[in-house]
Amino acid sequence: MSGNQNQTTNRVSSFVLIVVFLTLALSLVALIFGATVLAGYVNIGSDLTSAYILLALGILGIAISGYVVVEARRRLMKLKVAVSPVMTTLECKKCGVKNTREFKRGDYIFKETEDPCQKCNDKMLITAIYKEVKDKEKEHLQF
Amino acid sequence: MSINVALMGVQVKVAQLFNTSDWTWVLNIAFYGVFVAFIFYGQKIQMYVMLNEVGGSLFRLKYIKEEGRKIAVETVKEIGKPQADPTDKIDRFLEYFTIGPQSLDPAGVVWKLEHILDVRDTRLKDEVKLMAPASDETQVNNLENTLEAASALNFIYKIVRHYYLLGKKTKNLYVILQIQMILPLVMREAEAYASALKAFAYGQPIGDGAGALVAAKLMHGYETRKVEKDCVVASVPFEGRTAFVIKAEGPGGNVGKPGDAIKTVIEENEGKIAMVIMIDAALKLEGEELGEVAEGVGAAIGGPGVDQYKIEDSLVKYHIPINAVIIKEDVGDAVSPLRKEEFDATDKALERVKQVVMEKTKEGDKVIIAGIGNTIGIGQ
Repeated sequence: MSGNQNQTTNRVSSFVLIVVFLTLALSLVALIFGATVLAGYVNIGSDLTSAYILLALGILGIAISGYVVVEARRRLMKLKVAVSPVMTTLECKKCGVKNTREFKRGDYIFKETEDPCQKCNDKMLITAIYKEVKDKEKEHLQF
Repeated sequence: MSINVALMGVQVKVAQLFNTSDWTWVLNIAFYGVFVAFIFYGQKIQMYVMLNEVGGSLFRLKYIKEEGRKIAVETVKEIGKPQADPTDKIDRFLEYFTIGPQSLDPAGVVWKLEHILDVRDTRLKDEVKLMAPASDETQVNNLENTLEAASALNFIYKIVRHYYLLGKKTKNLYVILQIQMILPLVMREAEAYASALKAFAYGQPIGDGAGALVAAKLMHGYETRKVEKDCVVASVPFEGRTAFVIKAEGPGGNVGKPGDAIKTVIEENEGKIAMVIMIDAALKLEGEELGEVAEGVGAAIGGPGVDQYKIEDSLVKYHIPINAVIIKEDVGDAVSPLRKEEFDATDKALERVKQVVMEKTKEGDKVIIAGIGNTIGIGQ
């Protein structure tokens, strides 16, 4: 099981990591070369086109590597299924005071709990158990 | 000095590479190359894209399945307090299967199906009791539900993996296409089971229990008695009528056999029942609101069909009209912890039941109100 778990969490393969690392290294070299030329350290005439191309390649390489890393991380985060907290509502049968707390194992609807009412000290009854899901902004559908 | 020479060399090479006439040639060749490659290998490329997509989902399914197994093992250890490690028994449980009855001659297939389901239920409960000896009846029901959800995840994973590997082996687009087309729906179902696992493990009410909750709200405070099988019934004064309110016995994860319970109550009253109303959670269509309440006629009950058959059989015998009130939710909500919208909808459903009873029956009549669904986390 633990072996499987480790396999599961290491979703990004070592091959991809090596490719990303190499791309990043080459991009950095291209950037340095391009920047060096632009800064005037090396002068091979007035043609600066190759310097700009090296710079563009460097930036593109870094952007692609960054995207691959961010995307891999996002995929790992997406693996987990989000669970909203479940709340229990307790109600005093005598004075009607309502109290909400997080769900505890053993709670069920219409269970008389040992929790005393804060107002009259009577036993409280669980009247509701539900989760509240905050919906993302509702899509404006035509239909 | 050597760095300067190297830089100059690189610059010259780059300048040569981007020489306009050379570059046009390269682009032309690349264009025709891609064109020809797509003509001959288009389907293969499409297949690899699909395989990659299915592979990604399969990886997620594997993660969900393993998490489910972990939750099941932890819950059994925590609640059942077994002396030995239950992992092997749980792994065996996850591989359980049920073979449906032969239906070449359909006469009597309902009873054969019922028998097989009964044997399955008894067998699973016995297994749970063995692996979790310290658990009470409610906990046994909850653990059984937890393990069944883990088993469902295991099954989904294996089916998707089967098609993925078969597609890879045969390199056949149409094998992969079958699973790729239904993958979004399969993933939704798997995610639903994943959230159901925690609800079952903790004994939280789920969306499917909305019907049972309506019945519980009606019968709360009145004396209840047990009826076959795993159901309770309470006689409740209701708008000048007598309502026999039926639900599965809670708060353990249990759907009972409402078919038997309704039949028993009808027989006890010698068929003198003015109307049966069934309340159940039903799948909503995309675009419909969660918790929308609707009414209609017919037996509102899911499952393999045995209970629906029994209910319809009893109703036909005494010519009793049947009405249904449903609370709409999607497949994910049905098996995950009850949402506020669904909880609020139970009050609306209750109002609708009152309205139907007032309109369709007269004072002094007897009616049966059956709340259908898994009653996990719902007492009475």
